[in-house]
Amino acid sequence: MADLRIDFAGIKAPNPFWLASAPPTDKAYNVERAFKAGWGGVVWKTLGEDPPVVNVSSRYGAIGYNGQRLMGMNNIELITDRPLHLNLDEIRTVKRNWPDRAVVVSLMVPCEEESWKRILPLVEATGADGIELNFGCPHGMSERGMGAAVGQVPDYVQMVTRWCKHYSRMPVIVKLTPNITDILKPAEAARRGGADAVSLINTITSITGVDLDNMVPEPAVDGLGTHGGYCGPAVKPIALRMVGEIARSLKGLPISGIGGISGWRDAAEFLALGAGSVQVCTAAMHYGFRIVEDMISGLSNWMDEKGYACIDDVTGRAVKNFVHWNDLNLAWKTIASIDPTACIGCGLCHIACEDTAHQAIKLQETGEKRIYEVIDDECVGCNLCSHVCPVSGCITMVPQATATHLTWKQHPNNPMRVAEPAQ
Amino acid sequence: MSATGDSVYNLGGGDIAASRVPVARLAECFADAHPLLSRDEAAIEAARCYFCYDAPCIAACPTSIDIPGFIRAIATDNLAGAGRKILEANILGGACARVCPTEILCEGACVRTAQQHKPVEIGALQRVATDAAMARAAASGQHPFTRAPSTGKRVAILGAGPAGLACAHELAKQGHAVAIFDAKPKPGGLNEYGIAAYKMADDFAAREVAFIISIGGIKIIPNQALGRELDLGTLRRDYDAVCLAIGQSGVKALAIPGEELQGVMDAVRFIENLRQSSDKSDVPVGRHVVVIGGGNTAIDAAVQAKRLGAEQVSLVYRRGREDMPATAVEQDWALVNGVDFRHWAAPVALEGQGAVQRIRFARTKLEDGRLVLGEDGYILRADMVLKAVGQSLEISEDEALPAIRAGRIVVNEDLQTSLPGVFAGGDCIPGQDLTVQAVADGKRAAQSINAYMKGELNG
Ligand SMILES: Cc1cc2nc3c(=O)[nH]c(=O)nc-3n(C[C@H](O)[C@H](O)[C@H](O)COP(=O)(O)OP(=O)(O)OC[C@H]3O[C@@H](n4cnc5c(N)ncnc54)[C@H](O)[C@@H]3O)c2cc1C
Ligand SMILES: Cc1cc2nc3c(=O)[nH]c(=O)nc-3n(C[C@H](O)[C@H](O)[C@H](O)COP(=O)(O)O)c2cc1C
Ligand code: SF4
Ligand code: SF4
Ligand code: SF4
Repeated sequence: MADLRIDFAGIKAPNPFWLASAPPTDKAYNVERAFKAGWGGVVWKTLGEDPPVVNVSSRYGAIGYNGQRLMGMNNIELITDRPLHLNLDEIRTVKRNWPDRAVVVSLMVPCEEESWKRILPLVEATGADGIELNFGCPHGMSERGMGAAVGQVPDYVQMVTRWCKHYSRMPVIVKLTPNITDILKPAEAARRGGADAVSLINTITSITGVDLDNMVPEPAVDGLGTHGGYCGPAVKPIALRMVGEIARSLKGLPISGIGGISGWRDAAEFLALGAGSVQVCTAAMHYGFRIVEDMISGLSNWMDEKGYACIDDVTGRAVKNFVHWNDLNLAWKTIASIDPTACIGCGLCHIACEDTAHQAIKLQETGEKRIYEVIDDECVGCNLCSHVCPVSGCITMVPQATATHLTWKQHPNNPMRVAEPAQ
Repeated sequence: MSATGDSVYNLGGGDIAASRVPVARLAECFADAHPLLSRDEAAIEAARCYFCYDAPCIAACPTSIDIPGFIRAIATDNLAGAGRKILEANILGGACARVCPTEILCEGACVRTAQQHKPVEIGALQRVATDAAMARAAASGQHPFTRAPSTGKRVAILGAGPAGLACAHELAKQGHAVAIFDAKPKPGGLNEYGIAAYKMADDFAAREVAFIISIGGIKIIPNQALGRELDLGTLRRDYDAVCLAIGQSGVKALAIPGEELQGVMDAVRFIENLRQSSDKSDVPVGRHVVVIGGGNTAIDAAVQAKRLGAEQVSLVYRRGREDMPATAVEQDWALVNGVDFRHWAAPVALEGQGAVQRIRFARTKLEDGRLVLGEDGYILRADMVLKAVGQSLEISEDEALPAIRAGRIVVNEDLQTSLPGVFAGGDCIPGQDLTVQAVADGKRAAQSINAYMKGELNG
C-alpha cells in the first residue's frame, strides 16, 4: 500500500487532499464533516479584520457542457463574513480535535504592516499548522486594495510575505492569482520574500453567462451582475500549466496544486507536474465531501500499480518532460489508425478531418458496414480524429519509426538555428 | 348442474360486455403509453446524440428527417428550430413521433445501438419538438410555413390519411389549391380510426389535421367516396391532377365456416369503434378473446382487448415468433400486457349457436418451405374473435381506374399510375404499410404532381 502521508513545507497531513479555502471550510461544522470523510487537511476560509465583510445574495454562476452540470463555476463571494474571534475559536477547537490533519488558515488583511502584525499572533495562538496568503481573490476585495490587487504586483507579494515571516513562526504559503501575464513573476517574488510554498491557482476573472431575457451578466443581484472568479473542471488545464511552469523554473519551491481537481487522476497529474499537495473546492461543492474516498483509494491503487511508494515519488515526475516547444522533435511522426471492428460508423472522424484537418479519412463503400479508413500519406498526426471518436480505443495514434531527431533550434528552416541536425 | 360444471360443458359464448373495468382505470389504460419527455429528460437524451455526420439514422427514416440537426437544436434549447427541421421533412412529424416502429427505423440504425444497445430515443425527442411546434402554432394562430403565391392549379386528393394530408400540405405550400375527399366522416385516416389509442391519445389526430390545413388552400370534404359519390373520370376532368391515397380499407376474410357468427369481427373495426369512443366505457369486449394474425393490427387489437378488461386474450399466429410481421418491441409490449401468444396454428372453424363459442385450430408446420395444416389441433374458448389477417384495397373494379396488381395500385418511380395525371401513394401502393412511409409517399407524389402540372414530368 502506497504511503499517502505528506510533509508539505513542514505541514504534515495523512494524505495530500486538502479542501481549498472556500465555503466548504468556512466553519467548524463543515471542517469536522470533511475530516470525518477523510480529507487530509483544510485551508480555512479566508479571515480578515473585523468588522466582517457583507456578502450578496445570489453568489454563483455556472456553465455545464453537453448535459453535464458545473463544468465551470464562478462566484462573487468575498472572504468569511463571520467575526474574527468566532473563526479563531473554532479553528482552535478543530485543530485540538484533529491533531493529525493539516489546518492552514487563509488570511487577507489590508496591505499595511500593522494589520498583519495584529492578526498573525492571533492565528498562531490557535495552534494552526500554517497560513496561506490570499493574494488571489479577483473581485470585491481587490477593489479595496487586497487579494488580486496585491497578487498582481510582485513587489507587494514580496513585501507582505516578508512581514508574515517576520511576525510569525508558521509556515507561509502564498496563494497566487492566475489573472496575470507571467505567473513566474509573483512566484519569484514570494520566494524572495521567504515564502515556504506557493499554492495556485485562485479563480480566474470571468463572466459565466448572460441572462438573455433580462440582459444581465450572471449571477444577477437585483438586476445587475459583476465579474466573478472562475473555477471547476474547465480551469484545470490553465492551472496545470502554471503549476508546471513554476516547478520547472523555481526548483525546490513546494507547490500546492489547485484548479479543477475532481478526482484522483487530476490530482496525480498535478503531483506529476510538481505539486506536493492538492486542494479541492468545486468538486466538493458539487458532490459533497464523500468524493475524497475515491480520491484516496484511486491514487493509492494507481501508485501501487506503478510502484510509487510515497507522494514524493510522484511529485515532479513529469516536470523534466515539460519542455519549450523549441525542444520538441520535428522529425517524429504519429499516424491515426482506425479499428474497423470497434467503429460504430458515426462519421465524426471523417468530417472533422475532411472539413478542418487534412482530408486523411475516407469512407470505404463496402456495402454492409460503413468503414472509415486513414490515408497514411495524408495524415499529419494531429490527433483530432482520436479526440472526436466517441468509441474509446477505436482510433489510436501509432508512432512511426523515425531515425532522426531534429528540433526547431536545429531546423534548416530556422534562420537562427544554433546547430546542425544530429544524425 | 353446478356453475363450474356449466362452464365446462357449455363453453359459454356470447359473453360480450362493455364497462368490464371502472372508467378511471380505463382512462389510465388508454392514456399516452409514452408521455412527453420533461425538459430535463429531453436535455439528457439529446446530449447522448453524437451529431453523426452522414448519419445512419437519417438514411433509415423514410422521410429523411435531419435527426442530428433537430436533436442538436433541442440540446441548444432551440425548440423552434428543432420543430421546423422535422416538419420541413415530415409535416406529420408529430404522428410519426408517436407511432413509428423506431426500432426498425431510425433508432435501429442509431450508432448508439451499435455501441451500447441503447439508441438515442429519437422518437421521444421528435415528439418534444413537434408538440412544441404545434402548441406554438395553435397559440399564435400562425402556421410555420407560408404558401407560395397561388398558381391557379387545382388538385383532388382521395383519402385524408397520412399520405393524402402530406401530399396536400406540400401542394398547398407550392401555391396549388387542394380538395381532399374522404369516405369517412372524419379526416386523418388510420391516425383517427386505426392507431392504438395509447399511442395517439386524446384528440391528437384531429389537432394534427387542423395544424396541417392551417397553411391554407386545403379543403377537406368528408363522406365522399370514390366509387360511391365520386368517379375518377369526373375528377380528372374537373381537376388538374388527382392523387389516390385511399389506403387499404377493405379487410381480408378467414374464409372458414362460422365467420358469420356473432362476436366474430374484423380487428380494424373493433379498434375503430374503440378509437371513436370518448371514455371507452361503451366499447364491448369478450370475456375470452381470440385474435388471429401476427402483425401490428393483431397486437393492437389484443392489447386493447386486454385493457378493456377481457379475461383471456390469445393471439394465434400460423407461423413462429420470428416470422411475425409485428416487431420484437411490439410483441414484448403484448406479452407484458398479458396477451397469450400461440404460434404454429391456423383457424379451421368457428363454432357456436348464433354467437361464437369456440374456435377450432389445426397445428401448422413447414414442409419444403410451404406452410401446411397438420392432423391434430386444439379448441379455444371464444366469446369474441378478432380477425387481423390483412387489409385490402377497397375500390370497385372499374374501367376508369388505374392498373392494379396484387391488390395494390401500380405506380412508377414518380408515383404516377397508369393513368396520366393520376398519382398514388401510401398503403394503396406497394411497399411497407407504415405511417411514415405514407407521409414520404405523399410528399413525393406532391413533388411529382407539381412537376407534372408545370409540364416538367415525363412519362
Ligand atoms: C390497426 C392498425 C394499427 C397500425 N399501427 C401502426 C403503427 O403503430 N405505426 C405505423 O407506422 N403504422 C401503423 N399502421 C399502418 C398505418 O396506419 C398506415 O400505414 C397509414 O395510415 C397509411 O396511410 P394512408 O394515408 O396510405 O392510408 P389510411 O390512413 O388508411 O387513409 C386512407 C384514407 O382514405 C379514405 N378512403 C378509403 N377509401 C376511399 C375511397 N374509395 N374514397 C375516398 N376515400 C377513401 C379512408 O377513409 C382514409 O381516411 C397501423 C395500421 C392499422 C390498421
Ligand atoms: C488548433 C488551434 C489553432 C489556433 N491557432 C490560432 C492562431 O494561429 N491565431 C489566433 O489568433 N488564434 C488561434 N487559435 C485560437 C482561436 O482563434 C480561438 O481564439 C480559441 O480557440 C478560442 O475559441 P473557442 O474555444 O471558442 O473555439 C487557435 C485555436 C486552435 C484550436
Ligand atoms: S490525425 Fe489528424 S490528419 Fe490524421 S487522420 Fe486524424 S484528423 Fe486527419
Ligand atoms: S469517429 Fe470512431 S466510431 Fe465514428 S466513424 Fe470514425 S472511427 Fe468510427
Ligand atoms: S445515429 Fe444516433 S447518435 Fe448518430 S446522429 Fe443519429 S441519433 Fe444521433
